[in-house]
Amino acid sequence: MTAAAARRPALIGAPIWLSLPALLLFTGMVIVPLLMTAVLSFNVYDHATGVKAGEFTLAHYAKVFTDSYYLGIFWHTFWVSGLTTLICVAVGAPEAYVLSRMGSPWRAIFLLVVLAPLLVSVVVRAFGWSMLLGREGLVNQLLQLVGIGGLKLLYSDAAIVIALVHVMLPFMVIPVWTSLQKLDPAVTQAALSLQASQATTLRRIVLPQILPGVLSGSLIVFGLSASAFAIPGLLGGRRLKVVATVVYDEYLHELNWPLGAAIALTLLATNLLVMLSYNRVVEGSYRKRMG
Amino acid sequence: MSFLELVDLTKTYGDVAVVDGFNLSVEKGEFVSLLGPSGCGKTTTLQMIAGFVDATRGSISLGGRDITHAAPNTRGLGIVFQSYALFPHMTVWQNVSFGLEMRKLPVAERQQRVDAALGLVDLSPLAQRYPRELSGGQRQRVALARALVIEPPVLLLDEPLSNLDAKLREDMQFELRQIQRKVGTTTVMVTHDQTEALSISDRVVVMQRGRITQVDAPFALYEHPRTRFISHFVGKANLLPVAGSAGGLASIRPEKLRFVPRGAGQVDGEVQERFFLGSQWLYRVATPMGELVVVCPNDGTPALDEGSVSGVAWPADAMRPLAADANEADAGSPVRGAQA
Repeated sequence: MTAAAARRPALIGAPIWLSLPALLLFTGMVIVPLLMTAVLSFNVYDHATGVKAGEFTLAHYAKVFTDSYYLGIFWHTFWVSGLTTLICVAVGAPEAYVLSRMGSPWRAIFLLVVLAPLLVSVVVRAFGWSMLLGREGLVNQLLQLVGIGGLKLLYSDAAIVIALVHVMLPFMVIPVWTSLQKLDPAVTQAALSLQASQATTLRRIVLPQILPGVLSGSLIVFGLSASAFAIPGLLGGRRLKVVATVVYDEYLHELNWPLGAAIALTLLATNLLVMLSYNRVVEGSYRKRMG
Repeated sequence: MSFLELVDLTKTYGDVAVVDGFNLSVEKGEFVSLLGPSGCGKTTTLQMIAGFVDATRGSISLGGRDITHAAPNTRGLGIVFQSYALFPHMTVWQNVSFGLEMRKLPVAERQQRVDAALGLVDLSPLAQRYPRELSGGQRQRVALARALVIEPPVLLLDEPLSNLDAKLREDMQFELRQIQRKVGTTTVMVTHDQTEALSISDRVVVMQRGRITQVDAPFALYEHPRTRFISHFVGKANLLPVAGSAGGLASIRPEKLRFVPRGAGQVDGEVQERFFLGSQWLYRVATPMGELVVVCPNDGTPALDEGSVSGVAWPADAMRPLAADANEADAGSPVRGAQA
C-alpha cells in the first residue's frame, strides 16, 4: 500500500510520456510535411520565377475544380479504384472463405501464396505484369492460340486494374479471413440443422457476419488504389493518367509544385470523403443489428 | 423397432476409436442423457446423430428411416448447441422463424408458430431484441425455441446448461424437463453433469472411453452402479473391499451411513473434518476400513464435533458389489475414499 503510494507521483502523466516518441515521429513525418504541402498549395506560382513564398492564391484549387482535364483524371482514378475494389471483394471474400475451410497443411501453403505478393517490390511486380500483358507477352500468345490475337492489353485500364487487383488482394483477404476466424462454427451447423442449404447458409448466415471484414478490406483497397502510383505509372503508359501520376508530372516535369500540392490535397480530401461516406452507409446498417 | 436406433455406431480418427460400438434404442417421447467425463465420446455420438460427423461404422435409423449418412440439413432434427449458436445478426423472432422459413411455411402460420414457441419459453416480450441484448439464460431459451419450433422428431441438446450459473442452471433443468414433457419431443442430451442427467432424464447412458458402461433409469443407476467408475462419477460413494464380488469392491452411498453410539455399528471412527452444506452435514470419518464419507440431513440437532469418535452403521443391503472396470487403469482414482 505504502509502496504503491510512494510510486504514484512518478506515474503522473505516464500515458503522455509513453506516447511521446510515437507522437514526435508522427508529427515530424506526417503532420509537418502535410502542413507544408497545404501551405505550398496556396502559394503563387510564376512560370519564370517559380514559387513565390509569402504570396497566396486560390488559383490552383480553382484550376483543379474547374479544368475538365483534372476533373477527368479524378473521375478516371476513382473509377479504376472502384472497379479494383469491386473485383477484390468478388475474388477476395470467397478466397478467404475457401482458405478458412481448408485443411491443415494446405491452409498455411495457400495463405502464403496469397500473401507472397507483399514480399515483392511493387515495381518488380508492375514490370512482371508488363511482360505478361505486352503485345508479344504470354497472355497475348495464349489468346492467339485460341484465335483471339493481338489484344492491346498493356497501357490500358485493363492492365492497371489487373495489376492493382493482384497487389491489393491480400488487403482484402486478411480482414475477411480475420472476421471468418471469429465465426462460431456451431452457428453454421445450426443453420444446416434448420434445413438451410449450404448456399442459403452462406448467404443468410455467414455473409452478414463477415461484412465488417469486407468493409474494412474494401476501404483499404480503395484508399491504396486511388493513391497508387507505380502500377498506373508503369502499366498505364504516358497517356493514361491517374491523380498520383499527374501530381508526379506537376512536380517533376512542369515544376509547378503548388498545383501538384493542390491536386495531392484534393485527392486526400476526396479519398477521405468517399471512404467516410461508404463507411457510414455500410457500417450504419451493420451497427443497427450487431452493436 | 424403436424410434431412434443406434446400432454398433463407431467413429475412429486414425487408430483411435472415439466412439466404439455404441448401441442404443430410444423410444418415442423419451428423454435420454449421455453422461460421461470430457473426451468420452458423448459429443461425437450426438454429432453423428446430427450428421455433422460421419460414422465410420454402424447405423442410425430414425422412425424406420436409415439416416446414417444423410446430410445434416435433410435430417430435420432440432439441436441446441452448447454455445447456443444463435444468429447474431437476427432478432429473437427472426432466429426462431428461420427454420420455418427454410421449410417455406406461409407467413401467417410462421407468425403463429413462432409466437407459440416464444410463449412456450416465456420470451414473447423480447421477440424484437438481438441475441447480444439477452442474458445467458434468455439466449438458452431462444436456442430451445428455435430448435422446437420446427417440431423436430428428435431434439438434441449438447451440454445445454453448462454455460449458465449454478442457480439458473437448476431452474432451467426443471424448466427444460417441463417443456419437453409438454411438447413430448424425443430428446437426447449430452452432459458431464451427473445431477443434471439424474434430475431430468428418463434414462441415463454412462459413457467411458467411447463405450457405454451402463444404461439405466436415474434411480437404478444411482442405487446400483455397475462399476467403480460409475459409482463415483454418479453421486458420491464410499468404496470398501469385500470378498465375493468380481471387482473385489463394493460401494455404499454416504447418505446410507448413520452415526450410532460407539461400538453399536459395523465400525468405529474418528471424525476428521466436517462440512456444512445447508441441508446436509458432510463428515470425513477415519475408520480401520479406511476413510468413510458420511452425509447426514441437517435436522436442526447439533452436529458431531471434529475429533469425536462415533460408531458408523449401515443396512447390509445398501452395500453394492461392483464389477471390475473395463480398464482398471482408466479409473485412476484411489481405491478408497469418496469422489464427487
